[in-house]
Amino acid sequence: MTMEEATTPQVERPPASVTGPWGWARANLFSTPWNTFLTLVSAAVLVWAVPPALDWLIFNAVWGHVKPEVCKQADGACWAFIAEKYRLILFGRYPFKEQWRPVLAVCLLIAMIVFSCNRRFWRVWLGAVWMAGLAVFGTLMWGGVLGLSPVETNLWGGLPLTLILAVVGVVVAFPLSIALALGRRSRMPIVRSFSVAYIELIRGVPLISLLFMASFMLPLFLPTGMKINALLRAQVAIIMFTAAYLAEVVRGGLQAIPKGQYEAAQALGLGYMQMMWKIILPQAIRAVIPPIVNTFIGMFKDTSLVAIVSLTDLLLATKQAISDPNWRAFFVEGYVFIAFIYFIFCFSMSKYSQHLEKTLRAGARR
Amino acid sequence: MATAAQQAAARGPVIELAGVHKWYGQFHVLRDINLSVATGERIVICGPSGSGKSTMIRCINRLEEHQKGRITVQGIELTNDLKQIDAIRREVGMVFQQFNLFPHLTVMENLTLAPIWVRKMPKKDAEAIAMKYLQRVRIPEQANKYPGQLSGGQQQRVAIARALCMNPKVMLFDEPTSALDPEMIKEVLDVMIELAKDGMTMLCVTHEMGFARTVANRVIFMDKGEIVEQNVPEEFFNHPKSERTKLFLSQILHN
Repeated sequence: MTMEEATTPQVERPPASVTGPWGWARANLFSTPWNTFLTLVSAAVLVWAVPPALDWLIFNAVWGHVKPEVCKQADGACWAFIAEKYRLILFGRYPFKEQWRPVLAVCLLIAMIVFSCNRRFWRVWLGAVWMAGLAVFGTLMWGGVLGLSPVETNLWGGLPLTLILAVVGVVVAFPLSIALALGRRSRMPIVRSFSVAYIELIRGVPLISLLFMASFMLPLFLPTGMKINALLRAQVAIIMFTAAYLAEVVRGGLQAIPKGQYEAAQALGLGYMQMMWKIILPQAIRAVIPPIVNTFIGMFKDTSLVAIVSLTDLLLATKQAISDPNWRAFFVEGYVFIAFIYFIFCFSMSKYSQHLEKTLRAGARR
Repeated sequence: MATAAQQAAARGPVIELAGVHKWYGQFHVLRDINLSVATGERIVICGPSGSGKSTMIRCINRLEEHQKGRITVQGIELTNDLKQIDAIRREVGMVFQQFNLFPHLTVMENLTLAPIWVRKMPKKDAEAIAMKYLQRVRIPEQANKYPGQLSGGQQQRVAIARALCMNPKVMLFDEPTSALDPEMIKEVLDVMIELAKDGMTMLCVTHEMGFARTVANRVIFMDKGEIVEQNVPEEFFNHPKSERTKLFLSQILHN
């Protein structure tokens, strides 16, 4: 290359018709008659639906603390209902004066989740951090020590209840599901039969029936006087159910790993645990991140089923808020509000899953 | 040199197969295999596909189980005892047709994994050794890449380096060049030839007859699960005894 070429580079640019917003619109919105038709239909739907929705949600809505009568005059949503009842919705029947405790507990839990999302922290000590974090969560919620007044779990409710069911569900069900998936592929007949039986049995019944059994049938079999906490029973049912589903997802990932990976690991002298932990599982789980997160999202929303065994999760707490005769007309606002909360959590999980897929793929391009 | 050879002889063979049989269901894949490999020996095993040559070398590190006969490696007998199997696998390196590198780990991590976790070597030492072998296979600059970013020939050289990092007494090669594009075969064979010059004990299943001529002390021909003929390369290629060997050689040398 001569100096001249190096100093005056002749870069030929694409014509303006294929770049910029017009180029983009032409390529993506109006490339074919069918595409143009779809674009126009979508635009019409948006024009038809979005302005009224915004009017109801925001412009005609009633904000701030006002009497229900004011709301009845308005055309829009009655956010005054949420302003009035948000503490009942978010924290259920937890003693009103002590509700700073569930606030702290929820913040702690969310902080730990965000912290754990960073791959640099995926070390053995993260397990210890979680143990400690859950202990602090329990202490805050239960109280009875450090001058905190004791609060029984039947008074727990709302967001902290939903979150703890989901988080403990994930944290316990995930390792359990890996064990079950490996068990199902084991050469040992007893281990394999147990895993198959467990997965098929639990997967074959609805979560509701498991919750019912845990809540109403289990106590019948226990010796008189012995009680197991209702929250714990529901938690165990959720864990068992999620583990069965996840086990099949993980097994799918295991099946995607070529035999050569096992052979190479064995030929190097790695033991079974080392081979699984270092070679097989990282690849298998990487391959099934989307369905794993799918299962987690489903499970997060399924925690609302605990309402049927009288645990006051976010959904049941909202129902209780609506049962106030003064505000009964504004149930839609209540459900929209918690739908928004559920959406934030589920959408974050989905986004995180996409991010994880992208960074892991960048690592191991095939 | 003579004393080293004598010592080796005194220690007995590195690998010994005595009356080894194997069946896949009803199919008799290995029939009465007897083979003794001395330290520093370089053996090339050839034969038509399905002749049991890969199965035989895969029995040596228990990727396949034999059902009759004895296999001993470095005086340790292969039984169902997992400790014995692990002990043998630590001493025997293997290179596969499909490379089988770990795609989620970098080249460096591929090389240091077993030394760190199996040999319990400190990470720094393992990395120093890994770098030494990467230089030997002439791709030190690829250390921080992932296997998927390398060519087939480079991947196979990494696979050889990975096996060498465990400092094995024996190297098994299972058709190491069969999955490679033609222009990459030489770079892998060159590495293997160098390894042979350094005195590594090698068992190599391959159809590269040029390699067999230059490197092997002994060529073994297998067919239908049996060792049909074995000899020094010169005799083997120029004066094959059995009809089956002659037929096989005429087929592969004409192609």
